[in-house]
Amino acid sequence: MEEHKDRASSSISIALIGSGGAGVMTAGSMLLEAAGRAGLFGIMTRSAGPQIRGGEAAAMLRLATFPVESHDNEFDILLAIDWLNADRFRAEIPLGTQSLIIGETDAEPPQAFTDSGARTLELPLKQIARETDGGRENMVVLGVVCSLIGLPLEPLHQVLESLLKRKGQAAIDSSVACVDSGAAHTGKHQGSYQLSLSSEKQCDLWNISGNEAAGLGAIRGGVRFVAAYPITPATELLEWMAPALEQVGGILVQAEDELASVNQLIGASFGGTPSLTATSGPGLALMTESIGLAVASETPIVVVDVMRGGPSTGIPTKSEQSDLNIAIYGLHGDAPHLVLAPMSVADCLFTTQWAIHLAEKLQTAAIVLSDQNLGQTRAIIERPADVAFVSGRSIQETPMEGYQRYAVGGNGVSPMALPGTAGCQYTADGLEHAPSGIPSSRAEDHRQQLDKRRDKLVNHDYGDHWALIEGEGEFAVITWGSSLAPVREARAMLLSDGIDIRIIAPRLLLPVQPERMQQALAGVTGALVVEQSHGAQFFHYLQAFYPQKFEFMSMAQPGPLPIRPEQVVADIKTRGKY
Amino acid sequence: MDQTSTSTAALKPKDYKSDTKPVWCPGCGDFSVLSAFTKAMAAMQLDPERVVVISGIGCSSRIPAYLNVYGFHAVHGRALPVGIGLKITRPDLTVMVAGGDGDGFSIGGNHFMQACRRNVDMTYVVMDNQVYGMTKGQASPTTEPDWERGKLTPHGTRINPFYPLVIALASGANFIARASSNDPNGAARVITEAVQHPGFSFVQILSPCITFRPEQRDWKKIVHPAPVVATADPAVAARRLMTDDNFFIGTLFKGERVPFTPEFEPRAESAHELETAFRMSA
Amino acid sequence: MKTINTCAEFLAYALAIEEEATERYTVFAEQMETTNNPEVAALFREMARLESEHAHRLEVAAEGESLPAIDPWELDFGDEDPPEAVDYSATHYLMTPYQALTLVLKAEQRAVDFFQRVAEGNGNDDMKQLAAEYAAEEREHVEKVAKWRNRYPPPDDNWDDDPDPPNELE
Ligand SMILES: Cc1ncc(C[n+]2csc(CCOP(=O)(O)OP(=O)(O)O)c2C)c(N)n1
Ligand code: SF4
Repeated sequence: MEEHKDRASSSISIALIGSGGAGVMTAGSMLLEAAGRAGLFGIMTRSAGPQIRGGEAAAMLRLATFPVESHDNEFDILLAIDWLNADRFRAEIPLGTQSLIIGETDAEPPQAFTDSGARTLELPLKQIARETDGGRENMVVLGVVCSLIGLPLEPLHQVLESLLKRKGQAAIDSSVACVDSGAAHTGKHQGSYQLSLSSEKQCDLWNISGNEAAGLGAIRGGVRFVAAYPITPATELLEWMAPALEQVGGILVQAEDELASVNQLIGASFGGTPSLTATSGPGLALMTESIGLAVASETPIVVVDVMRGGPSTGIPTKSEQSDLNIAIYGLHGDAPHLVLAPMSVADCLFTTQWAIHLAEKLQTAAIVLSDQNLGQTRAIIERPADVAFVSGRSIQETPMEGYQRYAVGGNGVSPMALPGTAGCQYTADGLEHAPSGIPSSRAEDHRQQLDKRRDKLVNHDYGDHWALIEGEGEFAVITWGSSLAPVREARAMLLSDGIDIRIIAPRLLLPVQPERMQQALAGVTGALVVEQSHGAQFFHYLQAFYPQKFEFMSMAQPGPLPIRPEQVVADIKTRGKY
Repeated sequence: MDQTSTSTAALKPKDYKSDTKPVWCPGCGDFSVLSAFTKAMAAMQLDPERVVVISGIGCSSRIPAYLNVYGFHAVHGRALPVGIGLKITRPDLTVMVAGGDGDGFSIGGNHFMQACRRNVDMTYVVMDNQVYGMTKGQASPTTEPDWERGKLTPHGTRINPFYPLVIALASGANFIARASSNDPNGAARVITEAVQHPGFSFVQILSPCITFRPEQRDWKKIVHPAPVVATADPAVAARRLMTDDNFFIGTLFKGERVPFTPEFEPRAESAHELETAFRMSA
Repeated sequence: MKTINTCAEFLAYALAIEEEATERYTVFAEQMETTNNPEVAALFREMARLESEHAHRLEVAAEGESLPAIDPWELDFGDEDPPEAVDYSATHYLMTPYQALTLVLKAEQRAVDFFQRVAEGNGNDDMKQLAAEYAAEEREHVEKVAKWRNRYPPPDDNWDDDPDPPNELE
């Protein structure tokens, strides 16, 4: 109990459930925003039934006094406006004996939840809402939660005011009234999940999703052209970029399909404009032929794959790290390219911006593997630092006698002439070519150009950004992307038991960095590979590219369930023999 | 005939040719189309460095490297999106896309329709030989259903041919014409008109594959000029197409459909302004 | 066919004809070089050389004259192909010198006919005089090519037999 209280004072997890029309998503977003205004960090993820409208939905939040990137092992508060089909969320909302289930008076919570041994509380949500003219239960719920966690109502009032402005003062007033009376109905439970709020002004905080962060990273990196075809869960990235690009003098084109979008990028980039698209697994599959064209013709492009459950249409709304193989191996021929993976919401910004910088600088294609979890998580984070990465493509700006677009030598990057530059006309080609660009099937030319395209990537110094490395121990956990967050949390839990582990999470997946990995693994005697894929794709990748004297152990779990820190802890304890 | 004297500085058709020699079969209609391209460019006195010719894959799609302009030899069927991406971001360039009937109407068929719809200011030239030359003579979308010499369709395709002009008109192309490689000068004229007309211009050039369809050498005798002037009325054009025998040569349609020209006016001072939306006001 | 009236007009036409002929013979020579038919390639090269000499002489003759700029499609030859230009579809990678020269002969003959028609047409006298000179010169070409052709046997029936299939490239 004491322990619970301690944890609770720094981090609280809340799930709001309700079926269509209940407005739990709106309530969740408002709560997150209010918490941010109160100086808290937090994340919010969402889950929903398959119905387009009217389906059951869950907003899952974690609010904390420190930056958080993933959900906790358990939820502290589960609050349902109704329980219709709510048991579908059982696996996503784990509860414990210290959890509190709150529901409408006389509406029995599903056994799936009560089996956890959690306490229950009934509140007349409907009736409280009805007492206010135009009152809504989701606003009552907000008041209830604020009271339980001790969040002052003032920031929430502000949020209501700014978000409901266009609905008029009456709407604001009734929402405020509902919030206040909800807060007044918690009785002895008031403050029972009190978060310790610091009175100091927090650093510069942002409320942003991973998809938005990737979009902002793209624009900061110099992207001014996007062509794309909508696909869940990448659509929001595109929706954010369309107006944002216009503001900076760029444009987003909705293309007829992914074949068109990737090829439009190639055209725009050939003309000198840094270009990017966002898609998900099915779209990436369609694009692969032309990503190879970008590689062969040395035309920089960036493809952000916001991964979802696969194969085929799979589970579009849920996360999985199962496009690693197609990103690494999916191009036909020997096609060296860049594969990068952000590992937090904030890192979506950095990694996307870095990917653009690298693609432009190295004149190749970059695939950025984000996922639904990162992309659609909305988080309160510290403002990401500015980084100096901008496009920086090597351009042949002046006429040049005997210009060769694919000249070999040096670091492998050959200056690119843009249309409009007199005297440098050439034809970019996906056919193997001589240095001039003229098609050639000669062995020497093929060899030379293959070497060129490989060497320019391999010889580049990617610096410390290639991976995140944390901790000391002789036991390592190697992970990537959104799986890093639960692994870090697991490390924190182990540290309190006096166990340290070493975390290695490569941000740069291709080209591989054997020397750097060797350095990172110095002194390590065993390693667990944690990933969200059924086929243990990352594990096999590590075995293939980073073979070690010790055996890698695999903890591979398919989506849609997120990996929980305590799972990682348990696995480390058995496999690491602690 | 205009009476200005030819300036010595004027570019001649051969100035638009590169030093790369075509791999085509002697006798292929594409040689004539290449000549028509150079003549059209010379007639317009285009700066070679401000022209980009983009193609897909096929015999005909080899054309960019034979020209002394910027070129992009992309993958099979995807030349149009490459051209669209380029033209949207570089409206200062003259963008032309070229390729074959397989490239444009089969694997790239959807892009063809969508490019007509989008109506970006560029010119698309299809060298139609009613066959896949590059892969040794299979039937293409424009092949007659009873042509039995395609090895993958020994009994003929037995499916309806694709009518590119009809599709172009229905999909929104703003300029539609047919030319013949038998008359490179006439083809040059049509290409010139196509480039000069705003929006998406589509030119089908009947260009025989003498290797896999030697009978197409007879096209010379079959083609005939259309005895009409181009119309701006899609309904009139549609009616004319109903009696088209696929061998009328000439410009069918010069529309007034508004080209897609997005604006590029930066409105925010810098990318940093975009951050304000995310900032929490405590 | 539209009438040609002045010397300047005539020179513009003649220049266009010779340039076109040069261009096509050059393309054909390159075709034959690419497809490993050196004998015919050399023959087309020679024709291209002759025609370009012609074109050059015309340029010299026209120096100082203000020639009208005529877009290629404005040139009116009455029949479709420019005289002296062999049809693009007429070549074949296995063609024999005899066949090549037959094509050349026909083209040269068309040039003779064209210049002759102009010389007998309605233009001014200076121009007609010039056209007649060109017709005479082309006639010499025809005779020369005819003799040249006599050195080669006509092709046998199997001239285009190729036991191997065409290549596929992409
Ligand atoms: C994705 C893909 N599929 C198939 C091919 C093989 N291929 C190359 S060219 C071609 C057809 C070319 O026909 P067409 O476009 O009519 O051009 P032509 O050669 O007749 O000029 C095909 C099927 C390819 N290059 N790429
Ligand atoms: S195969 Fe046909 S289309 Fe290809 S180059 Fe030869 S003649 Fe032309």
